[in-house]
Amino acid sequence: MNWSSLDAFLHMGGYGLYVWGSYGVTLAVMLAEALMVRHRLRATRHAVADELEGGV
Amino acid sequence: MTDRSAPIRWTQLAAPSRFYAFAGGVVPWAWAVCLLLAAAGLYVGFAIAPTDFQQGEAYRIIFIHVPAAWMSMLLYLVMAFWAAWGWMLNARMASMYARALAPTGAMFTFIALWTGALWGKPTWGTWWVWDARLTSEFILLMLYLGYIALTEAIDDPRRAANAGALLALVGAVNIPIIYFSVRWWNTLHQGSTISMTAAPKMAHTMLTAMLLLTFSFWAYSFAVAFTRARAIVLEQESDTEWVKALRR
Repeated sequence: MNWSSLDAFLHMGGYGLYVWGSYGVTLAVMLAEALMVRHRLRATRHAVADELEGGV
Repeated sequence: MTDRSAPIRWTQLAAPSRFYAFAGGVVPWAWAVCLLLAAAGLYVGFAIAPTDFQQGEAYRIIFIHVPAAWMSMLLYLVMAFWAAWGWMLNARMASMYARALAPTGAMFTFIALWTGALWGKPTWGTWWVWDARLTSEFILLMLYLGYIALTEAIDDPRRAANAGALLALVGAVNIPIIYFSVRWWNTLHQGSTISMTAAPKMAHTMLTAMLLLTFSFWAYSFAVAFTRARAIVLEQESDTEWVKALRR
């Protein structure tokens, strides 16, 4: 194990801002994209279902 | 519906209805693979891989920077391939694959640029320089955004796909430029860390973490692009019998 404590882990040898800034933003945009496509598919499914109920 | 237990015939995935059912089954597995490999990659990358003797802990950005940069180029080539396929053979499903990949490619390009800036500051002393590698990767982001804007601006799916394919194909010239930029020009960016022909210039544990996260990002791309492709299929096929049958 490389880290003696949580503080040492977060500090990243003085590069904490750069390392966690990279990983944090990466996680955030990947999560955001995943949620956006899930929402898009659900919304399209509902739109298709509504169209069928109202149209016929 | 046809028999679900029949073996997959890959050519049938050109049919939107088949693709929709098949992709719906693949997506949960792709997520499982993505999360497992990410957990393994992060464990190896932070708990096992040693501190770099030159760059200290800052080098750990490589575990996402290089996989994201690879995915940004790979997804562009796959996108351009499907766009061209859809254009030449008038295959609608291929064009839908291309459009489903573009936002994910743009997202990985952004991650490559962002993590590169945060790595450049402590190691080079600057967030950004207009050297060949960084500039060509920035152009890649513009190509993705241009492709998305162009295909979204044209209402007719056929014309949108054709215009997008032209842009994607012309822009594909940029991919070898990105890849070889560190060899062709004097760049601030370092040369390739691993190559097909030489032994890797890094510790095995570092390479392992990087490859695990590469395959994690690859599975992520499948999960997200397949989900988006399913939405696009439903949007473009909403008047067809098979979409109506889904609701019965």
